[in-house]
Amino acid sequence: MTQPMPAQSNIGDHVARRADFDWSQAREILGWPADQHNIGWYCTDRICEQGLGDKLALIWESSDGQTVKRFTYDELRQLANAYAKFFTEDLGLKPGDVCAVFLERIPELYIGILGGLKAGIVMLPMFSAFGEEALAARVGPSGAKAILTQRKLCFRVRKIREQVPDLQHVIIAEPGDLEMQDGEVHFDLAVAQPLGEFAAYPVTEESRSLLHYTSGTTGQPKGAQHVHGSLPQQALTTLWALDVRQDDIYWCTADPGWVTGVSYGVIGPWSLGITQLVMECGFIVDRWYKALQEYGVTMWYSAPTAIRLLMKEGVDKVKEYDLSKLRHLASVGEPLNPEAVVWSEQAYGIPFYDTWWQTETGAIQICNLPGMEIKAGSMGLPFPGVTATVLTDQFEPITEPGVSGQLALRPPWPSMFREYYKEPSKYESKFKNGWYLTGDRAYIDEEGYYWFKGRDDDVINTGGHLVGPFEIESALLEHEAVAESAAVAKPDDEMMEVVKAFVALKPGFEPSRKLEMQIMNFIRKKLSPLAMPQEIEFVDKLPKTRSGKIMRRLLRAKEWGEEIGDTSTLEDD
Amino acid sequence: MSDDMREQIIEFIYDEYVEDDSMKIEDDTPLISSGLVDSFSMVSLKMFLEEEYSIQMTDEEASTEAFDTVKRIMALVQKKLDEQG
Repeated sequence: MTQPMPAQSNIGDHVARRADFDWSQAREILGWPADQHNIGWYCTDRICEQGLGDKLALIWESSDGQTVKRFTYDELRQLANAYAKFFTEDLGLKPGDVCAVFLERIPELYIGILGGLKAGIVMLPMFSAFGEEALAARVGPSGAKAILTQRKLCFRVRKIREQVPDLQHVIIAEPGDLEMQDGEVHFDLAVAQPLGEFAAYPVTEESRSLLHYTSGTTGQPKGAQHVHGSLPQQALTTLWALDVRQDDIYWCTADPGWVTGVSYGVIGPWSLGITQLVMECGFIVDRWYKALQEYGVTMWYSAPTAIRLLMKEGVDKVKEYDLSKLRHLASVGEPLNPEAVVWSEQAYGIPFYDTWWQTETGAIQICNLPGMEIKAGSMGLPFPGVTATVLTDQFEPITEPGVSGQLALRPPWPSMFREYYKEPSKYESKFKNGWYLTGDRAYIDEEGYYWFKGRDDDVINTGGHLVGPFEIESALLEHEAVAESAAVAKPDDEMMEVVKAFVALKPGFEPSRKLEMQIMNFIRKKLSPLAMPQEIEFVDKLPKTRSGKIMRRLLRAKEWGEEIGDTSTLEDD
Repeated sequence: MSDDMREQIIEFIYDEYVEDDSMKIEDDTPLISSGLVDSFSMVSLKMFLEEEYSIQMTDEEASTEAFDTVKRIMALVQKKLDEQG
């Protein structure tokens, strides 16, 4: 379907932009100084210096919907300063030190990240539903010296304290009558004193900024290290791909425990002086529609899983609300199915524009831009300045349209990760023949549009979040009943994929619904609700190669109704 | 609706989802919308109810709204029990 060119889209003629743009122009286009790179400064001080201090930066609604807080850019700036001072002067953290963030979507999460960045501290955001093992697998290797958390979550932090000796400070928000333990300190917006001035630490473009852990097929999660120099790409993609305007009310529904919630839920919009909405509650249909209506959301960046759940509620539900202010919609996390694009036009009068990128890329790489012809179900075209391709198994670009290969990007780009933290060999393995290997499979059609085909590995994409099978299998083996296990992706109408585990039991244990539930809850508490198998199939034994490696692909193929392929390496019965 | 059912459901929620011992769960305490029970975790809550009360719920019935408070969960379970006669 062809979309009319919006009269005033930020990018304008996207074909011309692709032809003449390279990243060296980004700062000039954004009107940014050449000598300042601190993300925290751009998101606060610079906006105020432009005379926008009184503009709303954040509208926040509590999980029960009873409390709404509003922060202007000047309040954001002064509170971020208070956090920066607290980190450096009170706790003694130094630029380059790591501070983990383990908070629900409360204002302290957003302002704490800005304060840390301003002070040159490396922030490590984590999903608030992570269990103790998932927490330790990230906090431990990162060497974090401090963690921002809150009463509700601090009990999990207490359980891992002995495993993470580098962690000196546990900063607890909203502690109430909690009895503090050694190393714990109360700090939140209730006690923070707004601070008029805090000199942003003079970072360079290559100074570390954020550490986002991401799952792979093997081993524990890897820390994708980002730098302050990512900012121009995050800002320009927010401006051109998400098409934000100065009078927008912008809502990115992603949790900052994931990269989207930081790149486009903190950095992108605030570096451009945009007003954004944060809802503490998770996905609840009526609360979401009510928020879109009440706060007059104009630009909405969400995820296919949420869109599919909204589709289930139908167009009639949409009609109960006045969503007429919605101007632009975009989606990220997993492929947006064609039906969702068509449905959104029926329901909201405008389509969702799909965007593709990943933790390692730091910002949008391939997307549907305003004014582009949207081919429903396609990832779109490379963003200006991005060179993409699909590669053969020998890592050579495929020139024939419609032939699938591994999606790859030509480095460098500003928001690219700079390393897997302290894992150089894993980082190096992501590059072949001068291409960054994304781990996704795709093909390119005759008009250059990219079409997602699936993962190139065993990583499970559930609701847009990558979950590593190794982590799940390792945790499963800790359960007293589990002898061996395999975790694979199973198709799901709403989540695209969910985790399914195949489990062989130890002698003395019998399969039962109760045991299935126990194992599921065991994984949920150890890792996270996302990693929890939604189904467990008890088997006598797992298919293995002759060398004893579990053949996940056979189990996965069975779940997806696919050909099982070559089984010549399968061990004999 | 029996007090036994209320106690069983609240006990399960405490055992599986609550880490803060001082947290009080009443009949109307929001569970999903407050983030106390993650929506991903609803499958384990649904399985518990199906196992404990020998009922079957569709995914549509086991919605975030229906599972948002102990009171609503009890009403759903009671409805399923009544349907079974």
